[in-house]
Amino acid sequence: MNWFELITLHSPPLIVAVPLLTAFLTPLVSKINEIVRNLFVLIMLCITGLLVLILGYDVLTNGIRTYVFGGGAPLPSGMNIPVRIMFEIDSMTIFMVIITIILAIICILYSWSFMKDQDGLDKYYTIILLLVTSIFGMELTGDLFNFFVFLEISCITSCALIAFYVHKKESLDAAFKYIVISSIGALFILFAIGLLYAQYNALNMATIANAIQFTFFDKIVLVLLVTGLAMKSGLAPMHMWLPDAYSSSPASVTFILVGATLAGLYGGLRVIFTIYGNQLLNTGFTFYPGLLIGIIITTLGVLSIFIGVFMALKRSDFKKMIAYTAVAEIGYMFLAIGSYLIGLALSVPDNPQMLVAGTYALKGGLFHILNDALDIGLLFLVAGAVYYATKQTSLNSLGGLARNMKYTTIFFLIGLLAVSGMPPMNGFASKLLIYQSTYQISPILSIIAIICSIMLLAVFVKVFQSIFLGPEIPSLKNVKEVPKSMLAAMALVACIIIFIGLFPNIIIDNLVTPAAEALQNTTSYISTIVGGA
Amino acid sequence: MTMIFNIPFIAVVAMIFIGLYAVLFKRNLVKMVIGISIIESGVNLFLITLGYREGGVVPIFTSAPSEVVKNAPGSMVLPVPQALTLTSIVIGVAVLALMLSLIMHIYEHYGTLDVRKIRGPEE
Amino acid sequence: MSQMSKIVRTLSNIAFPFIMIFGFYVIAHGHLTPGGGFQGGAVVASGCIMLLVAYGSTWVFEKIKVSRLSVFESLGALGFIGVAFFGLLFGGWFFNNFLVRNGILFNIVPKTGSTAAEFNTAGVLPLMNFAVGVKVIAGLFVIVLVMAYASSLKEWKQ
Repeated sequence: MNWFELITLHSPPLIVAVPLLTAFLTPLVSKINEIVRNLFVLIMLCITGLLVLILGYDVLTNGIRTYVFGGGAPLPSGMNIPVRIMFEIDSMTIFMVIITIILAIICILYSWSFMKDQDGLDKYYTIILLLVTSIFGMELTGDLFNFFVFLEISCITSCALIAFYVHKKESLDAAFKYIVISSIGALFILFAIGLLYAQYNALNMATIANAIQFTFFDKIVLVLLVTGLAMKSGLAPMHMWLPDAYSSSPASVTFILVGATLAGLYGGLRVIFTIYGNQLLNTGFTFYPGLLIGIIITTLGVLSIFIGVFMALKRSDFKKMIAYTAVAEIGYMFLAIGSYLIGLALSVPDNPQMLVAGTYALKGGLFHILNDALDIGLLFLVAGAVYYATKQTSLNSLGGLARNMKYTTIFFLIGLLAVSGMPPMNGFASKLLIYQSTYQISPILSIIAIICSIMLLAVFVKVFQSIFLGPEIPSLKNVKEVPKSMLAAMALVACIIIFIGLFPNIIIDNLVTPAAEALQNTTSYISTIVGGA
Repeated sequence: MTMIFNIPFIAVVAMIFIGLYAVLFKRNLVKMVIGISIIESGVNLFLITLGYREGGVVPIFTSAPSEVVKNAPGSMVLPVPQALTLTSIVIGVAVLALMLSLIMHIYEHYGTLDVRKIRGPEE
Repeated sequence: MSQMSKIVRTLSNIAFPFIMIFGFYVIAHGHLTPGGGFQGGAVVASGCIMLLVAYGSTWVFEKIKVSRLSVFESLGALGFIGVAFFGLLFGGWFFNNFLVRNGILFNIVPKTGSTAAEFNTAGVLPLMNFAVGVKVIAGLFVIVLVMAYASSLKEWKQ
C-alpha cells in the first residue's frame, strides 16, 4: 500500500482530527506571533481541504466508504450490528463537506484583517476551528449519537461566537436566544435517539434504517428529529433566532454560521431520506407518509420564504435584511425537498413524470445549498466590509460608498444578482431548476417562488441604491477601501459564484447529481453496513 | 406489577413538560435555564431507564462474581445507555456554564433578568 | 469574594487532600471501575473550587494564573487527540488501542471475575483518561475562576 492509498483510507477521521488538533494547538502557537498563528490555521485548513479533495475523488469514483474507529473491518468482534463508532461517507456527505471547507478557508482568510483589532483572538480561532470540526463531524458520521454530540458542540461553539462582541447588548440577546432554542432542539434529538435505541438496540444510522418499522414511536421520533433539526436550520416557525444571531455576530462568524445551519439541514435530509427512506412509500396508511412529510415541509418552506422576504422589506438595518433573506433562502431549499417528496408519493401508481420532476426539484434544492452558502455568505462579507470601513449598519446613515470602495461595490453587485437569481450568476441555475420542477408539482408554488425572488431583487436594489449610490455623506468622506485579505476573500467567493453561474453543468453533473442519487438510493447506504439487503 | 415499571417513563414525560413550561412561560432568565436543566434531567432519566435490565449484572469487570462471568456472560448489561447519559451530562455542564456566563453579562448590561425588560432596541 | 470564617477554612484544609486522592483514584481507575477522566476531573475541580470559596477569589488569583490553566486545558485535549494519532501511527487505525496485549508492560490478560485492580490492562485507555482528566480539571476550574473574577470585578467597581 503506498502513501496515497494510506491517506485515502484514513482521510475520513483525519478531516475531523486535523482541525481539532489545530484548534487546541492554536493557543500554544499564538504565544509566538500573530502572523504565525494566522498562517498556521490557514495552512492546516488547506491541508484539510486537500484531504477533502482526496476523499471526494475516491468516493465519487468508488462509491460509499466507511471508516470504523479503532478497528479494521466494518463489523469488528463478530457482532451482527456495528457497535463501534463509524463514519459513513457517500456523495451527499462529500457535497456538504466541500461546501464546509470552502466556507472555513474563506472565513479564516477574511478574519485575518477583519478581526485584527479585537482581543482574545487565539480563543476566537480555537472556537472557529472547533465549529468547523463539529460541522465536519455532523456530516461524516454514520452514528446517531455521534451526530448528537457533534450537534451539541456546534451549538456551544456557535453560541460562543455569536456572543463575540460581549460589550454589545444585541449579541448577548441573540446568543442567549440561540443557546436556549438550540439546546432544547438538541434535547429533542437526544430523546428521539433514546426512543430509537430502545426499539432497535442500535445507534448506527444504517442499522436503524434497515430495522425501522414505522411504529407509533417511530412517528414520534420522526417528528422530534425533524423539529429539532428544523430549529437548528432556522425553518419558518423556529426562525426567530436566526436573524438576530446572523446580524449581531461578526461577519466572518456569520459566514461560518451559515455552514452550521446547513449542517442542520443536512441532518434533516439524512433523517428523512436515509433513516426513514424505505418508509416514505409505506402502504399501511390511508396515504403515503412521504406525501404528508412533503406537504408539511413545503408549507413551512413557503412560509419561510414569505416571512424572510417581507421582514427583509420592512427592515432598515443592512445586516438584518441579509439575515432575513437567509431565512427565505432556507425556505427555497425546503420547498424543493418537499416538492421531491410530494412528487415521489404522487408518482407511485402510474405517473413517472412526477418522479422526474421531483428529482429535478431535489437537484435544484441541493444545488441551492451550495449557492445559498456562497451568495448569502458574500453579502455578509460585504456587510462586514461596510461595517469595517464605516462602523455603521443602518441604511439611513450610509450613502455614496461606491466612490471610495469600488471593489466592495462590485462584489455586492455580484452577490445581489446571485441572491435574487439573475441569469449570469449561480443563483439563477438552481432557482430555475426549482421553478421548473415545482411548476409541474403545483404551479402556485412556483409562482410564489418567482414572485418572492423578484421581491428579493427589489430589496437589494434598494439597499444597493441607498448604501453605494447617491450623494456622498460628509461623515463618510474619508472612508477607505478595506484591507487586502478581506478583498481576497470576497473575490474568491465572487469568482466561485461567477464560475458556477457560467458553467453550472460542471457542478450539477459532478457533485449535485451524485448527491441526489445518494439520497434517493437508501438501499445502498444501508447495505454497505448491514450487508446483503 | 407492570404498572410499576412504567413509573420512570411517566416521570420522564412529566419532567420534560415541567421543563418546557418553565422555558416557555417563566419571565426570569435563570428560571428558563433551570427549565432547560430539568428537560435535560428528564432525558437523562429516560436513557438510564432504558438501560435497566431485570436480572442483569453490573458490567464492572473486576467486581463481577466469577460464576456469572463464566456461566452467563450475557447477563452483564451492555453499558451503552449509561455511556450516552454520561456524555449528555458532560455536554449539559458545558451548556449550563455557557448560559450562566451569558446571563452574568446580560445582567451587567441591563441590570435585570426579566425577559420583558430585556429587549434589544427595535431597529 | 472575600474569604470565609476560620472554621470553614480549617475544615476545607482537612478535606482537601482526601478529595484530591479520591478524584485521582477515580481518574486512574477509570478503565476498571465506574469513573474516568470526566468524573474524577470534576471531583478534583470541585475540591479546588472548595478552596476558592473558602479562601476567597483574591487569594486564589495570587496563586494561580488563568492563562496557565488554559495551557493545561489545551494540553489535555492535545494529549487525547495525540493518543488517537499514535493509534493511527502504530496500530494502523485511528483511535486504535495499540498498547493492549502488547510489549512487556501491557502483555497482561486480566483474569475473569473478581481480581485485584491491575492498572496496566487496558492499553491506551488510562492515558486517555489522564488526558481527559487534566482537561476537565483545568476547564471546570477556569470556568468557575472566570466567573469569580467577573463578580469580584463588579464588587470592586461598587
